[in-house]
Amino acid sequence: MISVTVNGVTHQLDIPEDTPILWALRDHMQMHGTRFGCGMAMCGACTVHLDGNPIRSCSTPIAFANGKNITTIEAMAQDSVGQKVQQAWMDEAVAQCGYCQSGQIMSAVALLKSNPNPTDEQIDNAMAGNICRCGTYNRIRKAIHSAADNPQLAKANAVDESLFVEVKA
Amino acid sequence: MSTTKTLNAATATENQTVQIANVSRRKFLGGMGMATGLVLAARWDMAFAEDAKYGRDAMPNGWTDNPNVFVSIATDGSVTIVNHRAEMGQGIRTSLVMVVADEMGADWNKVVVEQANANEPKYGNQNTDGSRSMRHFFEPMRRVGAAARHMLEQAAAQVWNVPVSDVTTTIHQVVHRPTNRTLSFAELAELAAEMKVPVAASLQLKQPSEWRYISKNPGAYPEGTTEKTGQPMAIDGRDIVTGKAVFGADVALDGMLVAKIVRPPVYCAGVKSFDATEAKKVTGVVDVIELPSVQMPSAFTPLGGIAVVAENTWAAIKASRALKIEWDNAKAGDNANYDSVAYRQQLEAAVQQPGKVVRSEGDFEQVLHSDSANKTVEASYYMPHLSQSPMEPMVAIAQVKNGKAEIWASVQNPQLAKDGVAGQLGLKPEDVTVHCTLLGGGFGRKSKPDYIFEAAALSAKLNGRPVRVQWTREDDIQQGYYHTVSLDRLEGVLDSNGKSIGWRHRSASPSITSLFGPDSGHTAVFENGMGFNTVPFDIPAIQLENPAAPAHVRIGWYRAVYNLPHAFAIQSFAAELAHEAGVDHKQYLLDLIGPARKINPTSIGEHWNYGENPAEYVLDTGRLRDVIEMATSKAGWGKTMPKNRGLGLAVHNSFVSYVAVVFDAEVTDAGELIIHRADIAVDCGPQVNPDRIRSQMEGACVMGISNALVSEITAKNGAIQQSNFHNYQVARIVHAPKEIHVHAVNNRMDVPMGGIGEPGVPPVAPALCNAIFAASGKRIRTLPIANQLKTS
Repeated sequence: MISVTVNGVTHQLDIPEDTPILWALRDHMQMHGTRFGCGMAMCGACTVHLDGNPIRSCSTPIAFANGKNITTIEAMAQDSVGQKVQQAWMDEAVAQCGYCQSGQIMSAVALLKSNPNPTDEQIDNAMAGNICRCGTYNRIRKAIHSAADNPQLAKANAVDESLFVEVKA
Repeated sequence: MSTTKTLNAATATENQTVQIANVSRRKFLGGMGMATGLVLAARWDMAFAEDAKYGRDAMPNGWTDNPNVFVSIATDGSVTIVNHRAEMGQGIRTSLVMVVADEMGADWNKVVVEQANANEPKYGNQNTDGSRSMRHFFEPMRRVGAAARHMLEQAAAQVWNVPVSDVTTTIHQVVHRPTNRTLSFAELAELAAEMKVPVAASLQLKQPSEWRYISKNPGAYPEGTTEKTGQPMAIDGRDIVTGKAVFGADVALDGMLVAKIVRPPVYCAGVKSFDATEAKKVTGVVDVIELPSVQMPSAFTPLGGIAVVAENTWAAIKASRALKIEWDNAKAGDNANYDSVAYRQQLEAAVQQPGKVVRSEGDFEQVLHSDSANKTVEASYYMPHLSQSPMEPMVAIAQVKNGKAEIWASVQNPQLAKDGVAGQLGLKPEDVTVHCTLLGGGFGRKSKPDYIFEAAALSAKLNGRPVRVQWTREDDIQQGYYHTVSLDRLEGVLDSNGKSIGWRHRSASPSITSLFGPDSGHTAVFENGMGFNTVPFDIPAIQLENPAAPAHVRIGWYRAVYNLPHAFAIQSFAAELAHEAGVDHKQYLLDLIGPARKINPTSIGEHWNYGENPAEYVLDTGRLRDVIEMATSKAGWGKTMPKNRGLGLAVHNSFVSYVAVVFDAEVTDAGELIIHRADIAVDCGPQVNPDRIRSQMEGACVMGISNALVSEITAKNGAIQQSNFHNYQVARIVHAPKEIHVHAVNNRMDVPMGGIGEPGVPPVAPALCNAIFAASGKRIRTLPIANQLKTS
């Protein structure tokens, strides 16, 4: 029997110890906000926090979380940094398909908790493990700056001042 | 009315919802759908049926603008609007619904979106592909909204017993102008439902100046609504950031099993033998089932293999790894020898020989040997197979029992899935229900419903137990429908002034049509129409040929499709010609394009034209020139660049839109590439959702960088050599330009609407390669760039 606390609620799980945290969450706890992307820690779609640290849940066995705290996207609306990040994501209209964004947000929250004021380069380093096939990276940078109350650092130009230029005579 | 989205339009809370319905019209509609099957569009106004040839009229099941189908108003005032197209990141659930809401005067905060099931006879075409959703449904959806508004106004006029000409709709209410009396949509819901649906010709559409959502930027529409500010937030925006958005794998049914299928590594191979002893020992495994293999052409039929069915996903995956399978590669014929290195040599040889003539103007050979020919330039460009690899791997859930099938899936072409499941199981289409979830990306892969057919077959074999077929990333990368592989050889003849007087282009690449019939090796009309025979250059002798190239894997649509290799080759070669001529690239490109003119595509032998009317959707070189001017001026073309840095330009028209890209790129002495900035100019005609246009261009830029820089699928002994994101690489945040600036050519209401999901991708790779040349003098002719720039 494995005992894990997910978003403050303790679960007793009678499942194989090698079950990845991802599938324990999705199949055994019916928490679907954490996404399956690659199964080998290459894309970050499954990112959750284990005792506060971002991990790839698709490649971390549930036994490793025994007695520990897992935090998922479902808890971010109750987290002060999480709220800011979610709001920034909506304000900057980051998401396209949205599938990878749970993982992106979990990585961004972890970054901002360890570094409240990241530069572009620090953002790139922290977010390099999270793939977005829709290509929302520039808005992700901007949203992280915005959540860090540092919009002046944002270079993503989600809205460009020169956008509506009439070129036709 | 519930405020959350539902997966099934048919399960709308009918007791609370009053349809804006005209009973006789609805019966007529239903009867039509039954009588004409899946072929004829269920149009409520048959006046448009006479000239059904192009665009939305030519699509299977066409379109409808019947408000009864799309709009219902609840007595609490909430307005439910049906979105019938697949949402995969392009924002169509927001954009189309926004069009209806704007035209009818609905308040965005009171709008609920319902996702349609597969039902083209009811909704019109649902195949979300080809960058068509907005250009085919903007006008019908405007009429849907306007018709609903007219019915509300008729109802209000009846309540007040006043002429309808005295009433007007503001925001979510109808006003009697002379007295300023108001009736809310909630108060009018029931009576409006009894009003006759106005005929299309009688509808008063809003003037663009009256739009509140359409074409608006964040913060840009007039006050008077309850929204916080700006353009409406994306319908799914909050659900996505809170993890509540429902994708294919998030549907959970009671008693549902999970299947993981191990498919043959070689296309059309079969199972010789297998041993499931170890697999069955894994806790939770329920069954192991062999599935039939396929032969070419396999279309959307699943590849077969061995399915492990288990009580949960991990058990299925773990057990699948314990299977011992001996494959029958002899069944696969030549496919078992497919080798990407050898195949490239085969393509290189093919383009040395004349091919099937696709377009011929002037006499290239004569020009080549003429006295005017001062210089000849020749170059070949190679682009490998690619895998769409949306972040959500393919997934489908099926329950087949009691003569009915119910499907839940993330799918771009739901009607194809529905018809296919019906055919596969011998059911009537009306006994198959396909619920459409959000798609975690599509990029063309999810227009092929093979994974849905797998789920249906397994549920049928499991006596109706619901089954989720879960593809892994390895499945996605190794058993895909790949972007073609291509070799494009170009020859240019320059006169003594450097002017281009002859152009020969031989393009060889396996065709998507190899999926559907005997493989001729030649690309089809629609593939040539993607930037090959539509080359917009004003050159006296143009010779376009297509040598044969057989397919050995499944070839499928990948975002922007054959435009990718054609734009890469043509736009790279144009820059090479400019260099050889000693002329500034931008100036040379403008000269190649020639003066602004409107070319009827049929006059250059192009009869597909993305399905659009060639008289309406012309090839407008003026628009090409304009996007070049805009992108280059925003990028500061002509300015002095720092050492190791250069600007690179490319332009391409596809999906009846026009896009130019300028990159500012640096190649360090060590050969490291730094992309400082992208300036993207786009002219897609009228713009409905400007911020989504921008984000589609940004995303296209990043996907184009994937294609240019890192992505490559290769085969050896018929099997794909890549397996996951460690060896099939895609762009990460570190590859994204430091800045992307999107510049949209605005207010072009004088041109027809173009596509936006795909046209941003094709010019990206050539613009980047041209920037690399400007920065370093290194010319890239093989994608991906990978380590080609490294000097150490």
